[in-house]
Amino acid sequence: MAEAILRVFRGGPEGGKPVDYRVPVAPGMVVLDALHSIQGHQSPDLAVRWNCKAGKCGSCSAEVNGRPRLTCKSRLDALPLDEPITVSPLKAFPLIKDLVTDVSWNYKINKMIPAFQPRAGVEWKMYQRDVDRVQEFRKCIECFLCQDVCHVLRDHAKHESFGGPRFFVRTACLEMHPLDGVSRTKLLKDELGLGLCNITKCCTEVCPEEIHITDNAIIPLKERVVDEFYDPITMLVRKIRGA
Amino acid sequence: MTSSYETHEHDVLIIGAGGAGLRAAIEALAQGARVGLVCKSLLGKAHTVMAEGGIAAAMGNVDKADDWRTHFRDTMRGGKFLNNWRMAQLHAQEAPERVRELEHWGALFDRTEDGQILQRAFGGHTFKRLCHVGDRTGLELIRTLQDRGVQQGIDVYMECTITRLIRDGDRIAGAFGYWREQGRFVVFKARSIVIATGGIGKAWKVTSNSWEYTADGMALAYETGAELLDMEFVQFHPTGMVWPPGVQGILVTEAVRGEGGTLKNNRGERFMEKYDPKRMELSTRDVVARAIYTEVREGRGTEHGGAYLNISHKPADYVKKKLPSMYHQFKELADVDITTGPMEVGPTCHYMMGGIRVDAETGQSTVPGLFAAGEAAAGLHGANRLGGNSLSDLVVFGKRAGTAAAEHSSRVQSGALDAEQLEEAEREMLAPFERTDGEFPYEIHRDLQETMHSLVGIFRNEEDLQKALGELEKFKRRLESVRADGSRMFNPGWHLTRDLRSMVLISEAVTRSALARRESRGAHSRIDYPNLDDTWGKQNNIIVKRGDTMALEQRPVADLPDELKEILAENK
Repeated sequence: MAEAILRVFRGGPEGGKPVDYRVPVAPGMVVLDALHSIQGHQSPDLAVRWNCKAGKCGSCSAEVNGRPRLTCKSRLDALPLDEPITVSPLKAFPLIKDLVTDVSWNYKINKMIPAFQPRAGVEWKMYQRDVDRVQEFRKCIECFLCQDVCHVLRDHAKHESFGGPRFFVRTACLEMHPLDGVSRTKLLKDELGLGLCNITKCCTEVCPEEIHITDNAIIPLKERVVDEFYDPITMLVRKIRGA
Repeated sequence: MTSSYETHEHDVLIIGAGGAGLRAAIEALAQGARVGLVCKSLLGKAHTVMAEGGIAAAMGNVDKADDWRTHFRDTMRGGKFLNNWRMAQLHAQEAPERVRELEHWGALFDRTEDGQILQRAFGGHTFKRLCHVGDRTGLELIRTLQDRGVQQGIDVYMECTITRLIRDGDRIAGAFGYWREQGRFVVFKARSIVIATGGIGKAWKVTSNSWEYTADGMALAYETGAELLDMEFVQFHPTGMVWPPGVQGILVTEAVRGEGGTLKNNRGERFMEKYDPKRMELSTRDVVARAIYTEVREGRGTEHGGAYLNISHKPADYVKKKLPSMYHQFKELADVDITTGPMEVGPTCHYMMGGIRVDAETGQSTVPGLFAAGEAAAGLHGANRLGGNSLSDLVVFGKRAGTAAAEHSSRVQSGALDAEQLEEAEREMLAPFERTDGEFPYEIHRDLQETMHSLVGIFRNEEDLQKALGELEKFKRRLESVRADGSRMFNPGWHLTRDLRSMVLISEAVTRSALARRESRGAHSRIDYPNLDDTWGKQNNIIVKRGDTMALEQRPVADLPDELKEILAENK
């Protein structure tokens, strides 16, 4: 039986190193299967998050050969097996142990976003064409791969002033809900740091749900912020009114 | 004593953060209770996300003739009349309101031409009844509830596992658990506890369930003295993936058949004609699972031991729109394009109809202050659950349990946390680290899955079930010396040592109940007793702890009021 070598990061915040494991390869096997094989036969305390194993829950995110991916959707037969497959934890979040990182920051950001609030007296009728674009955003499985790859978080660690692509998608989802009546543009500008995004589209590239994060969520949100806060006519009116 | 543990106090503690737990939490909070919600995974990852096809509610948006009566009748028929009739009634009556409420909280279902929630056909449902979002309805439900709950102010304890419920005399006083991340112990004080931990799918080899479904809640309730009901009824979903090996068991939504998918064997025959000519592919899950299993056993299976499920006769764009995650799942994991060719599918362990016996109105178990909802509770589905009735179960009975748990907590005194019980709980958790020569848990888990798969599977008989009981005794002994390696920091091997105890315990409850029921009904098929039996049709199996013994007894199924009997008698 063919074998693969998995070079898995082992360790915690105080330090660690990649460790090689030889794993038998079965047809159709994914990286998560290989990690389970290591747990089941070689190292029972290997820390990995996972749940559905079908690309629907977004738990098993890691960096496979340096690229942020769901390990449950990373086929071994799509990777070169003549060299070790490296599996490392997400870089944008603090390490807990092995492949598990502390993603609690994401839950804090989420809490800042005002919930869906229907406009007063709305009729509960919506047409498919009106919900299509929001349904795209609601496909998000919160794997946080977009957060991991975003250089504002990954390289510049602006966790204090930037919400990240996931929460622009979430905000877009609420802002573009046909019946929602709350404005979140000020939050986007002041708290979530939407302006820090310089639309390099890295997030869109890694999204396992193929959500057009940059084109369909971030850019329209940027336009809304500009319209509301930087539109010259609006600014003039504000000045005259003394607002 | 409790001062030595990190301790949190709530009026209502909810264990499990899938649809039922979240809905219960939202409701208990709305009633004014201080609510804590504990879950083994990160918030939003519970198996509710894997519910694909839809949520059943007789809204009549597509088929105007639908109403709660028909939904009630379908549910009772699907459950082979072992259901708790009152639960089936409440469920059918309240599901539409619960769905509208989800919409009001921001859920976006697929739409009809006239702007209402779209509904699709599903097995065993007379009318088009499943409100859905493509094939990711569960994700929509959990995300909606999660955001609602968090915004309303639920305290969430993520990646935390409860290992023991603490009692003060007859009262529920709290719970003991550990943080998965650091391995530290934690104690929760609460006057009401709601168990919403799902099922036991991880005890079977081929399963759609994730690592979390290890019967924790059922085991906690049993150990606390609560009764378990109809544990023999384990649902094998007819369509799981069969190839490649790594994806075996992953769910293929019933919505494929709901949207017109056909099942064929290796001779190209639409074999459901033989098993249920009237409903064909949209027969109930128990029937379709047995049909596929039988076709394979008799040599008419596919290359990898399944049946062919085909939706490629529908336009490719339609398939991608209505079944997007199936399209991607097969494309990425099995190299199959479902818009041009068939999928290979076979039965996979999916759902537990049995569980904690609860009061229909309140979800209270036979232990005061201990409630259950969702898959962990039993009664609604009887001998077989209809597709789509699970998501509706979660929100209807999650809400009811939340209301009742809050109400209970407002009228009872807090119990004291008994130091001895806490110390025992700690000792139990630390023991695997003190052993140096036992087995690691993964090997025991593999053997347990093999045993349950081969001896307590889709078709059962006396000899296999007796043998399974013998094997389960051996697993108990092996668990006495199971060991953990490494530190207490995020250590899945250590966590499994505890989860396995629940799985083995509840597997025994399943096996004993299956052995007792000498008939075939719904999901329980006995080769040695292949027919329905009228006497058994009027009896529920009850499992309860008596001293150190697992006792099994029969209780008559409650009789229906006349107006409900009339509904069942209508021949529609």
